[in-house]
Amino acid sequence: MSRARYKGAEAGSGTFSGAGFAVKLVLIALVDALGVFGVLAAWRAGSWGILAAMVALLVAANWVYFTKRALPLKYILPGLAFLLVYQVYVVGYTGYVAFTNYGDGHNSTKEQAVDALLVQNERRVEGSPALPLTVVEDGDGELGFAVVEDGAAEVGTAEEPLVAAPDATIDAGAVTEVPGWTVLDRATVLQRQDEVTTLRVPVSDDAADGSVRTQDARTGYVFQPVLEYDEAADTMTDTSTGVVYTPNDDGQFESADGETLPVGWRVTVGFENFATAFGDERYAGPFVKILLWTFAFAVLSVVTTFALGMFLAMVFNDPRLRGRKVYRTLMILPYAMPGFLAALLWSGMLNKSFGVINQVLLGGAAIPWLTDPWLAKLSVLGVNLWLGFPYMFLICTGALQSLPGDVYEAARIDGAGKWRTWRSITMPLLLVATAPLLISSFAFNFNNFTLIKMLTGGGPRFDDASVPLGHTDILISMVYNVSGLDGSAPRDYGLASALSIVIFVVVGVISAIAFRQTRKLEELS
Amino acid sequence: MTTSTDRAGSRRGTAAPGTGQQVLRHRMKPGRWARELGWRHVVGVLAVLYAVFPIVYVVSASLSPTGTLTGSNELFAQVSGVNYAELGDTKFWTWMGNTLVIGVATAVGTVLMGAAAAYAFSRFRFAGRRLGLTSLLIIQMFPQMLAFVAIFLLLISLGEVVPALGLNSKLALICVYLGGALGVNTFLMYGFFNTVPRELDEAAKIDGASHAQVYWTIILRLVTPILAVVALLSFISTFGEFIIARVVLQSESNWTLAVGLYGWVSSLLEANWGLFAAGAVLSAIPVLALFLFLQKYIVGGLTAGSVKG
Repeated sequence: MSRARYKGAEAGSGTFSGAGFAVKLVLIALVDALGVFGVLAAWRAGSWGILAAMVALLVAANWVYFTKRALPLKYILPGLAFLLVYQVYVVGYTGYVAFTNYGDGHNSTKEQAVDALLVQNERRVEGSPALPLTVVEDGDGELGFAVVEDGAAEVGTAEEPLVAAPDATIDAGAVTEVPGWTVLDRATVLQRQDEVTTLRVPVSDDAADGSVRTQDARTGYVFQPVLEYDEAADTMTDTSTGVVYTPNDDGQFESADGETLPVGWRVTVGFENFATAFGDERYAGPFVKILLWTFAFAVLSVVTTFALGMFLAMVFNDPRLRGRKVYRTLMILPYAMPGFLAALLWSGMLNKSFGVINQVLLGGAAIPWLTDPWLAKLSVLGVNLWLGFPYMFLICTGALQSLPGDVYEAARIDGAGKWRTWRSITMPLLLVATAPLLISSFAFNFNNFTLIKMLTGGGPRFDDASVPLGHTDILISMVYNVSGLDGSAPRDYGLASALSIVIFVVVGVISAIAFRQTRKLEELS
Repeated sequence: MTTSTDRAGSRRGTAAPGTGQQVLRHRMKPGRWARELGWRHVVGVLAVLYAVFPIVYVVSASLSPTGTLTGSNELFAQVSGVNYAELGDTKFWTWMGNTLVIGVATAVGTVLMGAAAAYAFSRFRFAGRRLGLTSLLIIQMFPQMLAFVAIFLLLISLGEVVPALGLNSKLALICVYLGGALGVNTFLMYGFFNTVPRELDEAAKIDGASHAQVYWTIILRLVTPILAVVALLSFISTFGEFIIARVVLQSESNWTLAVGLYGWVSSLLEANWGLFAAGAVLSAIPVLALFLFLQKYIVGGLTAGSVKG
């Protein structure tokens, strides 16, 4: 009882200590205001998932900061919220997308795909009248059309179908003024020509009624979809040919003779993406090569940088040496250089025809450093050595200086030579001290996208040009290229996510094994 | 005693024009000097040449008025500030501003959230503490950037609700980076927080301080070095981050330096070289300065945090 009271008083002294409480109140009010704004926006957009997540976070925040029973959460919640949304959720979502055919042609839900199909396959309604048309803009800058049909004005936007506008001014058959809308002048219309010609204003809520479109911003016509969607039977019918399309397992409408409509929707496809990565002849070959190279690259990067770094650390680990500080400062410069700058810089220096390495250092040679498959791999490793050895040098220096002196004394008394001391004492102790860092270094290089992208861009390309992959691509750059986010290839989020999952598994397994090993090593020492 | 003063005297006598090496040679026979120390200098000079050459080259290229790759091959043949002046006509300074804003905001957010979480894990004993620490350790193994496709898709959905959190927004990018903050840095800080004796906060509590007062006025003051290290590491990694920035930021005026400079080099390498070199020198300066200034802390922080992990 007294303990509980004590605890209450303790928490209370914090919450009621004037300034602190005020700050907290203001912050929570701010979060709540933003949160409510977000919730309303999600409501308007009809994004129920986001709405639920926002409500949950808001409730959690208010509960945590006003109850007295969640002390630790007060400190953890802000970071935790970001962690859940932007790391845990996206990793989980990657897992989900890996099992779908999400990508070009399968971008949306079935409902949206049906709408898109209806809109994209349109034809002017035969015999429909030409409607005098005016381009207008609402308060938010959204374009709309004001048309005159049977002498009455109607106005609408892409989102809102045409509605009667009885108080509009009609002059010479066309609308000249609508309250609440701005009529665009000719120059502005020309400026926004693309927007105007692609704008479709639905005639009514029913997509089958068609929509008003215009080519010249003066007259509009009603266009009606060629396709017709039968909701009950879940089929698409082409009204001009009479062909019936039914949905198939790949998320597309397919006719009896196997023809599919261009817009599909995303469906779960099971392990198909994984099968493509490992089995499809276009991807399987490159995938195995890239997987091997990724391992080789990561392992060799760690080994080479560590070897050079350790060598230099031992060379400079002699207190009698003058100017150690100067050497050290100059040598760690590459580490302080942002990695992307270094990779871009080297890509220029290694250029075959103009680069300084070929032209100056090698006296005008034309060595294809970045365009020959093997030399490109060597260059990637060399540049990574330049970038990485100072880091290894630093940690080895630190580790060497903390090695116990008495062990060396004992070794000397036992008559161990230099080589023997290094092999049996220095090296094992150094490895124990640096093992966790070597593992992180491996994991980092396994996903060193920046270096590959900026230095070689993954090139030179594989001979099979159907996939955008090359000899120095590592898994992560393969994911990037396959995803098509830079526009160089068709987008395939499903396959890209499946490849991400493969990387997750590899990195996870290696980290798990490695951390277990380190713990063993530490127990030994 | 007399020998040492003798030695000091002779050193003063001979070393006036020369370097330390002469002194050592004076003390040691030349053969032994070469065997034990001389070769180390040879290695050192070679290593420094390897490390510094590209940097000297880029400085020279940035000062070369021709502005092309070929024209940059003669080091310091001509010196002019043309390339630096031309940066003013490009979006370079916008990118620099974006990068600094994003980097600083991420660093500050990372430190605040990471330190708070580390404090909770280090000082409170609560149900789920072990689970939380273990989960963080596991999450830490999966780098966030691997999920860039899902991040892209998430931001599309978020952007339909709140455009400021969607694609092509710097705020959204900062939020994404903050999502990776807890996983990477909590352990580094947690280890350091544990080294601050608990007696300190207990004493403060007996004097009537609340948990918030203990945190803000006692703990945070004592762990300033690790806060500096985490802020610095976070800033530097954000500064050079490419893949997520490239996917999220779409219009040129929102780009960061990494995205922008990549664009220059990948599109017209030969013609843009001078411009790139000047931009590279200017963008390397803030990071380089921070690094050299704080190198002692970085090395200490790296080894301390990870080994304890």
